Amino acid sequence: MNSRTSTIFKLAVLAGVLAFPAFGSDFYAEMVAKVLILAIFAMSLDLLVGFTGLVSFGHAAYFGIAAYAVALMTPKYDPANLWLALPASVLAAGLAAFVIGLFVLRTKGIYFIMVTLAFAQMAYYVFHDTPVGGGSDGIYLNFKPDAAIAGWAPFDLNEPLHLYYFVVAAMLAVYGLLKLVLRSPFGRVLVGIRSNEHRMLSLGYATFRYKLAAFTLAGALAGVAGFLYAVLFGFVTPEYLSWHKSGDVLLMVILGGMGNLAGAIAGAVALVGLQEIFTSVTKHWQLLMGLTIVAAVLFMPGGLTATPARILARINGGKTNE
Amino acid sequence: MSEVLLAAEGMTRRFGGLLANHKVNIQLERGVLHALLGPNGAGKSTCINMLSGDLPPSEGTIRYKGEDITALTAYQRSRIGIGRSYQRTNIFPKFTVLENCRLAAQSRKPRPWSLLTNALRMPEAVERARAAINEAGLSGREDRVAGTMSHGEQRQLEIAMVLATDAEVLLLDEPLAGMGSEESAQMVTLLNRLKATRAILLVEHDMDAVFAVADRITVMVNGQVLESGSPEQIRNSPDVQAAYLGHEAEHE
Repeated sequence: MNSRTSTIFKLAVLAGVLAFPAFGSDFYAEMVAKVLILAIFAMSLDLLVGFTGLVSFGHAAYFGIAAYAVALMTPKYDPANLWLALPASVLAAGLAAFVIGLFVLRTKGIYFIMVTLAFAQMAYYVFHDTPVGGGSDGIYLNFKPDAAIAGWAPFDLNEPLHLYYFVVAAMLAVYGLLKLVLRSPFGRVLVGIRSNEHRMLSLGYATFRYKLAAFTLAGALAGVAGFLYAVLFGFVTPEYLSWHKSGDVLLMVILGGMGNLAGAIAGAVALVGLQEIFTSVTKHWQLLMGLTIVAAVLFMPGGLTATPARILARINGGKTNE
Repeated sequence: MSEVLLAAEGMTRRFGGLLANHKVNIQLERGVLHALLGPNGAGKSTCINMLSGDLPPSEGTIRYKGEDITALTAYQRSRIGIGRSYQRTNIFPKFTVLENCRLAAQSRKPRPWSLLTNALRMPEAVERARAAINEAGLSGREDRVAGTMSHGEQRQLEIAMVLATDAEVLLLDEPLAGMGSEESAQMVTLLNRLKATRAILLVEHDMDAVFAVADRITVMVNGQVLESGSPEQIRNSPDVQAAYLGHEAEHE
């Protein structure tokens, strides 16, 4: 796909997403919102896996911490203020990522995968086995955050339609922010670290600080996703921090194509879509899921986003051979 | 006497019981190309790794422009003007030649917080990168993907990246390794040009090339400096002939 077709395709998808609530039912609108939130989550992980070369297997921790933050900040009989709760939750996730990053970024390769998982499991058990967040039952979010600024509310998240467009706006904002980051000097350094960290050091880059900044930013953006997820579904459980969740988001990144923001979005669409289809077909849907993922990795190296170009190359290749 | 940029005194490195470098003294001066010779295992790589900060010395002091920099890490040494190239080509193979050098140049003014800047349009870094590419003899190849170039061109890119960081001291680890004779000759011309304004340490196996460009030669054997002097002195030193040529014979 050349860049123009790809831009047209992206705009068409965006138009579809914007127009969706007018045609789809509330149930499907909620599912689209869920996909968009998971797309934010996947993009945040792609910053680490695809662009910096850091395979984190504990990314759900930051998603979950922000989700719990908004739940804990919401009083029992009142809504929390959106403009306080959102930054506070994102900050909590970012702070957790910063502190954990200080430790895990001292390791490399397989050890990095193991310690990110270990820290995420620790966070999981904090919420699962202590009374902090209601134990294994989690917490209900009785009220969605209130968007009022000095008494005036520009929108109301209790309205499904308003919430839907709030999620769309958040996804576009995160996508735009990451696009900016990746073309900035900082982003170029991350890609350099992925390619050859040793050489980046010898060129004078303090690579640890760059990796820590990337880890913190990725954690904070996962927090945006966790916040929205909690608000959309109205409850939080320790499962939000579980290693299944970390695995799912890693699968989205791999399925869509690493090192490509559009790929992370495509991966979120594909994973949720496949789950829906398979669960409606059979109880043993995870078996089908596993087979599909194995097939995808075998036959679509580079993920979904690399596939159109590969097919085109094959067709063109066939023509020139004649 | 010319200006001493980098000086190591009593530099020692142990790996367990092995003395890889023992009390090595070496001085790099501006305008002087200093070659480091020695058979395999003599400790040349350990020496260059300690000078560049890739490896901390067990003992000894390293000074840059008179200041003690022994405790500085590799990236800190790069920031103050000590650049190095690697024996095994160590580039960003999937980036273009220009991006390899632009990234090297960006390290001088990294500006990590300016998120609104398009890195590919940072005029200063791009200019410096282009200048380095020209200086290393790679003009016209800016848009080639580094990994697809010939081995010799990749070696030139190694040097170009160091130049893009505006290094005053160049630590070059076997820049001629695996080059054809024509490419070698080009590189020798390049080294001669570069040394006018910089201090260069050249670790090299190729004797002909070393004697063609070096102003000073230090010969290492078994982790120690055997002899250091002008090419004439080294050529005529009976110690060097006995030790170095003897070792060479063993290897063959």
